[in-house]
Amino acid sequence: MNSTTGLVMSNITHHFGRTQVVDDVSLSIAPGELLCLLGPSGCGKTTTLRIAAGLEVPSAGTVVLNGTEVSGPHAQLPPESRHVGFLFQDYALFPHLRVRGNVEFGLAGKPAAERRARAEEMLDQVGMADYAESWPHQLSGGQQQRVALARALAPNPGLMLLDEPFSGLDKRLRDQVRDETLHVLKRNRVSTLMVTHDPEEAMFMADRVAVMRQGRIVQMDQPQTLYNQPADPFVASFFGEVNVFDAAIADGMAQTPLGPFAASLNGAGKAQVLIRPEGISLDPAGGAEGIVLAARLLGRVSLVHLRVEHPTLPAHHLHARLASRALPAEGERIRITVDPSQVFIFPAA
Amino acid sequence: MPAYPHKHNGYKAPLPWLVAVLALAALVALPVLVVTANLLVPSGDVWTHLAATVLGSYIGNSLLLMAGVGTGVAIGGVGTAWLVTMCRFRLSRVLEWALLLPMAMPAYVVAYTYTDLLDYSGPLQSVLRAVFGWSSARDYWFPDIRSLGGAIAVMVMVLYPYVYILARAAFLEQSVCVLEASRTLGRGPWRAFGQVALPLARASIIAGIALALMETLNDFGTVQYFAVDTFTTGIYRTWLGMGQPIAAAQLGAVLMIFVAALIVMERLSRGGAKSHHTTSRYRRLPQIPLTGWRGGLALGFSLLPVLLGFVVPALVLAGWTLQVGLENSFGGDFSRLAGNSLILAVIAGMTAVAVALVLAYAQRLHPRPLIRFAVRIASLGYAVPGSVIAVGILVPLVAADRALAHGIESWTGRSPGLLMTGTIFALVYAYLVRFLAVSTNSIEASLAKVTPSLEAAARTLGCGTVTALRRVHIPMIRGSLLSAALLVFVDVMKELPATLIMRPFNFDTLATRTFTLASDERLADAGAPALAIVLVGLVPVLLLSRAIAKSRPGESE
Amino acid sequence: MRLFSRLALTVAACLAAGTVSAAEVNIYSARKDHLLKPVLDAFTQETGIAVNLLSADATQLLERLKSEGKDSPADMFIATDVVHLHAARAADLLQPVTSTVLEQAIPTQYRDPQGYWFGLSARARVIFYAKDRVKPAELSTFEDLVSPKWKGRICVRSSSSTYNQSLLGGIIAALGEVKAEAWAKGITENMARKPQGGDRDQIAAVAAGQCDLAIANTYYFGGMQTSDKQSERDAAAKVGLFFPNQNDRGAPMNVSGAGLTISAKNKTEAMTLLEFMAGAHAQKLFAEANNEFPVLTSAALSPTVAAWGPFKGESINVAVLGENAAHAVRIFDRVGWR
Repeated sequence: MNSTTGLVMSNITHHFGRTQVVDDVSLSIAPGELLCLLGPSGCGKTTTLRIAAGLEVPSAGTVVLNGTEVSGPHAQLPPESRHVGFLFQDYALFPHLRVRGNVEFGLAGKPAAERRARAEEMLDQVGMADYAESWPHQLSGGQQQRVALARALAPNPGLMLLDEPFSGLDKRLRDQVRDETLHVLKRNRVSTLMVTHDPEEAMFMADRVAVMRQGRIVQMDQPQTLYNQPADPFVASFFGEVNVFDAAIADGMAQTPLGPFAASLNGAGKAQVLIRPEGISLDPAGGAEGIVLAARLLGRVSLVHLRVEHPTLPAHHLHARLASRALPAEGERIRITVDPSQVFIFPAA
Repeated sequence: MPAYPHKHNGYKAPLPWLVAVLALAALVALPVLVVTANLLVPSGDVWTHLAATVLGSYIGNSLLLMAGVGTGVAIGGVGTAWLVTMCRFRLSRVLEWALLLPMAMPAYVVAYTYTDLLDYSGPLQSVLRAVFGWSSARDYWFPDIRSLGGAIAVMVMVLYPYVYILARAAFLEQSVCVLEASRTLGRGPWRAFGQVALPLARASIIAGIALALMETLNDFGTVQYFAVDTFTTGIYRTWLGMGQPIAAAQLGAVLMIFVAALIVMERLSRGGAKSHHTTSRYRRLPQIPLTGWRGGLALGFSLLPVLLGFVVPALVLAGWTLQVGLENSFGGDFSRLAGNSLILAVIAGMTAVAVALVLAYAQRLHPRPLIRFAVRIASLGYAVPGSVIAVGILVPLVAADRALAHGIESWTGRSPGLLMTGTIFALVYAYLVRFLAVSTNSIEASLAKVTPSLEAAARTLGCGTVTALRRVHIPMIRGSLLSAALLVFVDVMKELPATLIMRPFNFDTLATRTFTLASDERLADAGAPALAIVLVGLVPVLLLSRAIAKSRPGESE
Repeated sequence: MRLFSRLALTVAACLAAGTVSAAEVNIYSARKDHLLKPVLDAFTQETGIAVNLLSADATQLLERLKSEGKDSPADMFIATDVVHLHAARAADLLQPVTSTVLEQAIPTQYRDPQGYWFGLSARARVIFYAKDRVKPAELSTFEDLVSPKWKGRICVRSSSSTYNQSLLGGIIAALGEVKAEAWAKGITENMARKPQGGDRDQIAAVAAGQCDLAIANTYYFGGMQTSDKQSERDAAAKVGLFFPNQNDRGAPMNVSGAGLTISAKNKTEAMTLLEFMAGAHAQKLFAEANNEFPVLTSAALSPTVAAWGPFKGESINVAVLGENAAHAVRIFDRVGWR
């Protein structure tokens, strides 16, 4: 990756008082790339974002933005000198300015005509051109979000920072606004760092995702890699429900009620086996058998609760997501098979 | 932990802010420190004498006064605030703002008017004597207005609005849901008040009482006029009668420590008030209709403070003005006095707001203990008796003036004398020391309502700290800046002791003229200037009441 | 910022207004404006010297003088009681001057022996009685007021007033501290009410029947007799003035007066003013405006004062009262005279 463009954060550490909230975080974003910081609340993702913006001064580490050190031993640029765009969770529209005034806010110093033209262009892009003279409190949540996006993008920032930008919207509106935002960001070819706690949102938006936990980046890669090759049980379970088995390893195989799975772990010992519900399918020729406890249609898929028995291992309750529309009957004995690519084996904690 | 060597001055902007804050805070806190420094100077046997004779009664009277005023303003302020906010009865809409009117009355003026009305030689007792045929004080009993009880009554009348304002604002901010939840849990409206609304508003109420008590402690005019020996009158007597300025300043320092404790108490109670409301659902307040005897009782309870604290004294003042004649009252140099008062109050109001804005904003940018401490110290002057502060101000001011004069002398060969002492500059400085807390409190509170992400948004959109202040904060809190300036404005209009001692030659204000005439026992002549102070003071009071009514979340649009 | 530049301009204008012209004299005065103004106006008219006046409480003015020291703009300090004049001298705020005009005009007892300050008008502190309840024959001296027959009948103001401090200071000089304390205790026991209000209030209380005797300065009574208010004139009519101690040391006297500050930069002008105030024209104004006794013996009394008749005033130098004031306050504290 070319280190003179985009964002490079190296060995960022931050403390609030005695609490360490960011622990040795390093990441980089290529020009035009969208990187998501994903993690549960309190994992330090928002602090990392604020450090990139210059709203927090890190305890240690460097931030290089488009080839210039903006935070580090040699410099500490205040946010106003970094030329970044920030989209806030609560949008933070200035209540004392109209929509136009908000969008023009970051264009101070440019001629009035140019400010106006740019503001109109941006409002047009986000579909808010008709609302230029409205006051922020007259807008709905989705409209406010769009104006905030236009405002952040208007000065042509070198980096966009998005802090849970869709969390204030209801589900249906969220999908729509998310889609529009992605297109606007991509059309403007702006490097973007976005924070979210929603893995689906991260996978929808991001070119790459960095999963954070307790101040550290656990894994950073393309969404499909994270999904298919999680680095640890935390990452695996963060992307969706998993069936968890404690298993013993014998002869390189983890022994589960669903049968043995190849474990690349060294030697013998305890392992944790995670199987995604969508990795389990009905198969009359399957190697395992289960009793249906309950079955529910959830739209495109159905969720089946199974009780799996094994001659030597304790019985296990597991969930399976089946693509088929036909629901098995309660109490029915069915045979199932497991897709090995949806099975993840980690050493026991 | 590894840290950058320059981290604490990493930003370019904050260092000037830090310096500005510390310099301003030091400037404003200096007089307070000068007074406190007297504690370290030995003062001979004066303390033994004071302790053996009068100190006990000074302390006792001060405590009784505070207990009485505290109880009175709590009952009056909270009771009226609850009634006009949560109930509907005759005139309750009018009372919402009318209850603020007594704020415009200087306590000493109310003291003059009631003494004139109720004293032995006043009209009320004279009529009683004429009606019942009594001939002397020994024939009947009448409460003595010039007493501790009288002083408490007068102070409650003019100070309860401090509690009323804050309690009403707190009640308005409370979510109806919380109250309704308590109703569904089996509490009647009155028990909901006692068990839910009151505890929720506790911090605001305590803050209001603390303000009223600080005003009580620094009052001199009223207690002196009412012949009550408080700690403050003791300071004067020790200073004046015994020629013991150091012992007097020591008494002042003791009083200040006491006041500092009050401020800490108020701060602590405010810290607990950060319990944000858990729901953001606001609907119209229930407004329990009160009719019949209940309505009459509510009306009586809420009308009484307005009548006693404003209408009666204002009528007496108007009576005096008419008695002297409008020509005599408002002719002569009246317009010059009014002009002086206005100029002083405007300059002081604007300066106090500017300084408070710098302090509050810097504190917001850098919530460090040092800055917080500096801002608190700078607010201490509010509670210190004006003349004690005046002496504290003179010392550093003259020292700075001398340094300046010497500087100019070594440069030009001629000493210009004292350039700042005895000018409007010195007066404005004195007002700043005295009233900075008023503007700081109000600006801090409104800055807190500007969510941090707005600030962050401005910063990421290219605004430095100063530009963000100018383009985002100031436009957003313009209303509060105005009301802060107006509060200081009114206080300056009323201020007496510091104005008397620090003012320039040939310079009088409405307040000094009122005081001079009243202390010369020419009360009637004092009517016009006193009335003018009250009328000017009404403007901010009414604006304030509008601001409070609009403060209810969700009520604005 | 525009706001600040405008502010700076205003302040600069005010500062400029504070600087002053050539022939002038600057006064810190504790005297009421309306009593002093006529004299100062007459002075400016006669001499062309402008007068700049700052009126405030004497204690505060002393404090301001102290902190300003030799840089003070004040040339002259005017007080209404010898206690404050003495305090100013004791704090080294005044300078001694010699003037034949002053020494000839003002009796020795009414000025500082070293010329630090000069009395400009004199007043007596006397007893007022309710004409319908007290016969003048029952009255004799201040010392007699402690007699049990006056129990619960005397009105007098707070001991915070320098007038009472001077009164007790004179009694200390005459009887010694021990007897003076017994006297103060006796008066406190005979009071009709807790000390409150000013001298005028005490006289009014006698008229209203709240007490039978009052201790007050003479000019307050004169002011009530000549008041524009009918009620005050009626009250004064019910009260009689009694000059006490006529058979021994005489009625206690006090002065208002003035001295030159150590910082005086306009010393010549200030001396001119001081001599003017001791002259016939100013003395007449003092006598008429406030019903005081002129210190210049050749000056006429106001008709109101003349009607009180001749009396014998105490002849000790009033400076002694100032010296005793601090002792007096301690005595008042001890006997509970508030």
